[in-house]
Amino acid sequence: MALAKATAEQIKDLAARYPSRQSAIIPALWAAQHEQGYVTDEAMHEIAEHLGLPPSLIEATASFYSMFLTRPEGRHDVVICINAPCMLRGADEMVAYLERQLGVRDGGTTADGAITWHSTIECLGACGGAPMMQVDHRFEEDLTPERIDAIIERLRTTPASHDAEPKRPSPRPRAKKSQN
Amino acid sequence: MAIKPLLTKDFATENLHQLSVYEKTGGYAGFKRALEMQPDELVELVKKSGLRGRGGAGFPTGNKWGFLPKGMYPRYLVCNADESEPGCFKDRYLIEKSPHQVLEGILIASYAIGCNLAFIYIRGEYLPQTEALETAIDEARQAGYLGKNVLGKGYDIDVILHRGAGAYICGEETALLTSLEGYRGEPRLKPPFPAVKGLYGKPTVVNNVETVCNLPHIVLNGADWFAAIGTPTGRGTRVWCMSGHVNRPGNYELENGTPIRELIEEHGGGVWKNRTLKAFQPGGASMMVLLPEHLDVALDFDAIQKAGSLAGAGAMVVMDETTCMVDAARRYVKFFHHESCGKCTPCREGTFWMANLFDQFEAGDAKPGDIDLLLDIGYNIDGRSFCPLGDASTWFPRSVIKFFREEFQEHISEKGCPFKKSVQEAVA
Ligand SMILES: Cc1cc2nc3c(=O)[nH]c(=O)nc-3n(C[C@H](O)[C@H](O)[C@H](O)COP(=O)(O)O)c2cc1C
Ligand code: SF4
Repeated sequence: MALAKATAEQIKDLAARYPSRQSAIIPALWAAQHEQGYVTDEAMHEIAEHLGLPPSLIEATASFYSMFLTRPEGRHDVVICINAPCMLRGADEMVAYLERQLGVRDGGTTADGAITWHSTIECLGACGGAPMMQVDHRFEEDLTPERIDAIIERLRTTPASHDAEPKRPSPRPRAKKSQN
Repeated sequence: MAIKPLLTKDFATENLHQLSVYEKTGGYAGFKRALEMQPDELVELVKKSGLRGRGGAGFPTGNKWGFLPKGMYPRYLVCNADESEPGCFKDRYLIEKSPHQVLEGILIASYAIGCNLAFIYIRGEYLPQTEALETAIDEARQAGYLGKNVLGKGYDIDVILHRGAGAYICGEETALLTSLEGYRGEPRLKPPFPAVKGLYGKPTVVNNVETVCNLPHIVLNGADWFAAIGTPTGRGTRVWCMSGHVNRPGNYELENGTPIRELIEEHGGGVWKNRTLKAFQPGGASMMVLLPEHLDVALDFDAIQKAGSLAGAGAMVVMDETTCMVDAARRYVKFFHHESCGKCTPCREGTFWMANLFDQFEAGDAKPGDIDLLLDIGYNIDGRSFCPLGDASTWFPRSVIKFFREEFQEHISEKGCPFKKSVQEAVA
């Protein structure tokens, strides 16, 4: 599926913002993922075209970063931390509870397509509120089984796309090519 | 040490993230003052203040600025907001509560080094924080703090917020620059240091979020004022991220030199559930474990180093008597294995083998020689890796073997984790 016109425009704008258009690769991949939910081969080729760079370069970059998804997932994205600071506050118990409530293994998507969840060893920066998880990239801290139940209930009934885009306060001024 | 906090002093003020509120608390006065000064004067001021970087290595900020080769332009300032060290969540807090303080610090640093385009590299997971900074940048642009001819002083500055996409190694400054250039985030050889050959091959300064947050205060109050806070080699305060088995985990800004005991017992409310302290770890996942006998060590780069660990990025992970030290080390090792960028063999392969062995300890499959095998792998990674990630992956596990070797032995003799067993027995 081709990228929407607005996304293509956004990518071209991004290229002009940086002293080197190559710097726009990661923001362009974000733009594609925000629109389509994950990054397809077709999208990477399109990004390459818009940025005037070889597709292999886009793929090399995309495959390095763990947040770029290569397959479609559920509407909502739940990531729960199991690194040491979270482990100390009971993360393993929360993971076991989450898994039982959702009825799918780590990395899986619920049958209704609402939630994809996985545990991560990557610290998400909320050790002061451990155990914690991120739901569509927003923090849920001080987890208890009751809180997990409430979150699951909310997610099952909300349609939001699983890959949240930062909310912009106002349109960014079109950048002229600066520096250099 | 009843010194008022510097960076977090107004954090109780409602809506501090809004420009008008931030200005009412004295915000942007530091930047205005800085614009009245010559850039060189600012570099001297920060040198004299003794400010050291808060990103982990503790490098003197003014000296770093001073390394930029004369007459080479453009120059770039990159604010490192990639905060991904397990145990650290201070930059997130500083950004959430006062994004304008971060931005003001960036503007001061940019003016001081003669940079007209600055970047903030923020980790991809920090979405609400990305929004907070975006909003702050827009507000500041509308108010004329950034853009062309800032405040009529003839200085041009723009700031680009660049969102990462999930890679701990991109916190390392050369990997960060590589990532910002659009490549896979692999570290580069130093020298040349970024100050000489950084972003797009141009002179570049990389400074941590907390580091730049100190700048408005130093500019407004002077180098002598700042130098009077803290210890002779650790000026100012630090925001300590406390987590683990304490009653009140969270961020606490304390004067450098404050005893660790005060952080854990007074601010953190002591070890939770009336249990006793077993160990704690300053600095983040990379750093060596310390013991209750170290509670009176000062929160200070040099003091913590003397005690056998490192202050690193200002984390404080507290572990009570029920903690399985083998499992704690296992999590960190698995983290480093996951985050190894794969560029060099000792780290890529070594962290894999360490993680494998730790899993065997956990599963009860470890053999008597495996403790020494772990140490041996550690020695072969440390000092032989391309960047500090590899080296640091071995520090915590090796320190745990040094102080808690018997726990590893119990995992072997009891064919599994003795702590999990005792918990299961207690529940049954
Ligand atoms: C593996 C690794 C990860 C790092 N992660 C961060 C980070 O997330 N944030 C940060 O500010 N510095 C991090 N650093 C330190 C940076 O390389 C650099 O020293 C720092 O950003 C410089 O800023 P400062 O002088 O203000 O401390 C990391 C270093 C290493 C080796
Ligand atoms: S030490 Fe690890 S993270 Fe650093 S360059 Fe080598 S493989 Fe990459």
